[in-house]
Amino acid sequence: MSSPLASVSVALAGSGGAGVMTAGNMLLEALARAGYYGLMTRSSGPQIRGGESVAMVRAATFPADGPDDRFHVLVAIDWQNVVRFADEIPLGPESLIVGDPAQGEPPEHFARCGARFASVPFKAIAKAIAGGWPNMVALGLLGGLMGLAREALEAAVARASRKGGEASEANLAALRAGLAEAAKLGAAFALAAPPARTPRWLVTGNEAAGYGALAGGVRFVAAYPITPATELLEWMAPALARLGGTLVQAEDELASINMILGASYGGVPALTATSGPGLALMTEALGLGVAAEIPIVVVDVMRTGPSTGIATKTEQADLNIALYGLHGDAPHVVVAPNSLADCCAATQWAVELAEALQVPAIVLSDQYFGQARGVVERPVVRESAPRRLTAQPDGAAYRRYALTPSGVSPMAIPGTPGLAYTADGLEHNERGTPSSQPADHLAQLEKRARKLEAFDCGERWASVEGEGEIAVLTFGSPTAAAREAVVRAAADGVRARLVSVRLLSPAQPARLAQALAGVERVLVVEQNHSGQFLRYLRSVCALPREVASLRRPGPLPFRPGEIHRRLVEWSRA
Amino acid sequence: MTRRNRKAKPAARAPERPAAKRAARAPTRRRPASKASEEFMARAYAMEIDAAERYGEFADQMEVHNNPEVAKLFRQLAEIEGRHAKQILEEMNWPQMPPPVYALEWRTPEPPETAPVTELHYRMRPWHALAIALRNEERAERFFAGVARSPKTPREVRKLAAEMAEEEREHQRLIREWMARLPQPAPDWSRDPDPPALGD
Amino acid sequence: MNAPDTGLAPQSFKSDIKPVWCPGCGDFSVLAAITRALAMLGLRPEEVAIVSGIGCSSRIPAYTTCYGFHGVHGRALPAATGLKIARPELTVIVAGGDGDGYSIGGNHFLHACRRNVDLTYLVMDNHVYGMTKGQPSPTTEPGWSSKLAPGGTGVREFHPLVVALASGANFIARGFSGDPNGCARLIAEAVRHPGFSFVEILSPCVTFRPDQRAWKDLVRPAPVEPTDDPARAARRLMTDDGFNLGILYKGRRAPYAPAREPRTALAELAKEFAL
Repeated sequence: MSSPLASVSVALAGSGGAGVMTAGNMLLEALARAGYYGLMTRSSGPQIRGGESVAMVRAATFPADGPDDRFHVLVAIDWQNVVRFADEIPLGPESLIVGDPAQGEPPEHFARCGARFASVPFKAIAKAIAGGWPNMVALGLLGGLMGLAREALEAAVARASRKGGEASEANLAALRAGLAEAAKLGAAFALAAPPARTPRWLVTGNEAAGYGALAGGVRFVAAYPITPATELLEWMAPALARLGGTLVQAEDELASINMILGASYGGVPALTATSGPGLALMTEALGLGVAAEIPIVVVDVMRTGPSTGIATKTEQADLNIALYGLHGDAPHVVVAPNSLADCCAATQWAVELAEALQVPAIVLSDQYFGQARGVVERPVVRESAPRRLTAQPDGAAYRRYALTPSGVSPMAIPGTPGLAYTADGLEHNERGTPSSQPADHLAQLEKRARKLEAFDCGERWASVEGEGEIAVLTFGSPTAAAREAVVRAAADGVRARLVSVRLLSPAQPARLAQALAGVERVLVVEQNHSGQFLRYLRSVCALPREVASLRRPGPLPFRPGEIHRRLVEWSRA
Repeated sequence: MTRRNRKAKPAARAPERPAAKRAARAPTRRRPASKASEEFMARAYAMEIDAAERYGEFADQMEVHNNPEVAKLFRQLAEIEGRHAKQILEEMNWPQMPPPVYALEWRTPEPPETAPVTELHYRMRPWHALAIALRNEERAERFFAGVARSPKTPREVRKLAAEMAEEEREHQRLIREWMARLPQPAPDWSRDPDPPALGD
Repeated sequence: MNAPDTGLAPQSFKSDIKPVWCPGCGDFSVLAAITRALAMLGLRPEEVAIVSGIGCSSRIPAYTTCYGFHGVHGRALPAATGLKIARPELTVIVAGGDGDGYSIGGNHFLHACRRNVDLTYLVMDNHVYGMTKGQPSPTTEPGWSSKLAPGGTGVREFHPLVVALASGANFIARGFSGDPNGCARLIAEAVRHPGFSFVEILSPCVTFRPDQRAWKDLVRPAPVEPTDDPARAARRLMTDDGFNLGILYKGRRAPYAPAREPRTALAELAKEFAL
């Protein structure tokens, strides 16, 4: 028996029909019930059905919404093609691999990593229980190895059974059989005692973003399915209906973005969610939103690009298109969540910003946050008050695009007598009448820029954590690994502060300078090949003299170790 | 140009219709009118208004397309028709517009005196504009003559319609006179050496 | 026609912005027809939104006193769909040309027909791209020669009414800009008819297609009554020469109408996340 662990990562693999995702979800729920934080991610082969897949579950005594460096346990119900996940499931000599002897030896790759191997006849055990499933045996095994209370596991199984109507007794029997197998192996990866109970959510980033959107007031969504944003839209469909809103499935992304422009022009806060290819299709209409000053929100759940890329994997390579993809001078808002739970708050904030500034806002989420299901601190969510400045009839001739000091002009909502105007993508004068006059073009450009420049975004522009002469600058999902890396570096005596930027556009150079006060070295961590974030930062503010870039593309998520190593090496250089 | 005020359309300062004739007719309108003649006058009013609006739009189009001469002429025609409409209100003692006579209720593609939009050209000459006005008067005459002829038309309305048809003929005569005073457009009046401009 | 009388004349629906269309353009008639139809329907300008894309005819919203949305090329139908679903009490009219609607926006045309949202779609079809100076559009005759397609495209025309019927439009009509009253009648009828109403309006381009002046001699009222039988309508439209005017199909499909009763408070939705 080793000493209790603060974080345990396990992977459960198998081919179609093995039920590894179901078991993974139950394990996560059991962890949550037992008082742990946790995170489940998944990976699958390209087959729609029947393909190999793996559920990766991390349990921790602290909030962890990124992966750890290595997996403690890999359980394979079978080995069909599981080797494809080799890079996603790093193992070490301290790891344990469990396989079913009836399924043959583990692939050479896994055998090479030096991990201990154990056999459990999952299928045979399950077969001995009428209606028993091997995945429940595996669940029992994993729970047992992590030292989870039986009650928590049983409750998770019972709850899932209620939902799915599966044979609960058989599942429970299989679960217990798995626990018995774990007892034979010893609780090798027992978790330390759970932390004090706090109110928590079990939620995916996509669901959290959807909830945040609703809290922000979104009541119209247009949806075109695309991995990995689909679940966000699917979660919103029934949720919106319950709130009296509407979700419409569009024929393509061109339609979905124009539908939300139409709905928002009608006065109803509106959103769509997509991924890189969809965002590319939407950029023309985003320009219309800027020119006609129609608030909309587009959640880009980033995946590996360009083109179809690797549709199911994460990357942060859409930063450029989100910032610069629009034609013309088109100031707009770009927000990125810096934790899984922040998908909720960041999206809600994006709705508020879009509505208040009458501008399109892009939320740069990513596949990692979007599709990961995590146990997170329950966010405090209050419904946003309406932020849109609307026009009321006052007898004067209405000027939709009046040049106000803030740049924001009162917007007439169709149906209001006396204020009818035409929202136009053509350059226009204050009244909205098309104009090709240089003075009108300049005045409207400046008005649209002023809205964003004059706006005070407050303290939410970034999270600044810790102190030190080194700063780690991040946005999006690598923030989770960076946060852990900074904590580990502190244990090595390397003091670093983490600045995770939430408001990417409009840029906040003064606030960033303040956050970097006293910092001599900056490590910019981003998940793309070309260093888009660093380039952007250099273009909008003066960084300290010593800047290093830690970047690599997807599809693998950042792990704390690689950032930690870099910090330690750098501090000693 | 259906109505009473016999302004010759052509001239900017059109001669008023002989006062005697005008006075002779006016009292008939001040008598309590029958429902049928009220409806008929409402229709005549709608014709005037629509014709005036269309001429106004034509004037706008000519202004947008930098043809001020023809714009001015259309503006004049619009003013004349507008005055006629106003006169109907006065003569019928209507405090405001009668209920609108909508497009659906005409057998012709538009109210009979309204000029079709398709006949315009940005390089057109005043002579063309008057030719359009002449056709409008001809259509209006045919409309009134048809009403006057129809056995379904009540007697008092037939009389009014016949008078109006007569007036339209008079207008046609005046317009022809005016056209005769204007130069005929050159054969290449529509020629434009430049290609069309690009838009959105 | 008996309409709730707002006392508003057609002119109340015309704005003070002067159209940039060529004098003689059929679109002026369509504008007149729209304003007359709205007056006949007894609507008020603020109750109506006119949504368009890009092209000569798509300039139309600003020429009215209604709420207008002049969006991007080809996307008028999605914008209108979003608006109508978000604000069902508004009367939403979509207007545009053949290039905007059948070419770049062709996919949206199919799906707007099958979605059957209560919209009225007016396509001012002149078989040419006017704003870009005379390129062939989907409805251009294959032999029509132009700079971009010298000698003609050699590609057969798109048949919008047939496509509309096959895609599920609930009301299909054809008008001619030379008959503004007839168009006004069709538009009013289209607005009244529930679901997606499609009115193709032949609207000659005097600048690039002066040959279309001949249309006035080719058009005729369709020698048939409107039908609600798609099979009959299909036969009718498949044998149509493109110059039959009137309502050609009036379907009975229920319009798209999502339920929108709020039943729940936001916090209720978070219960599924709570542990």
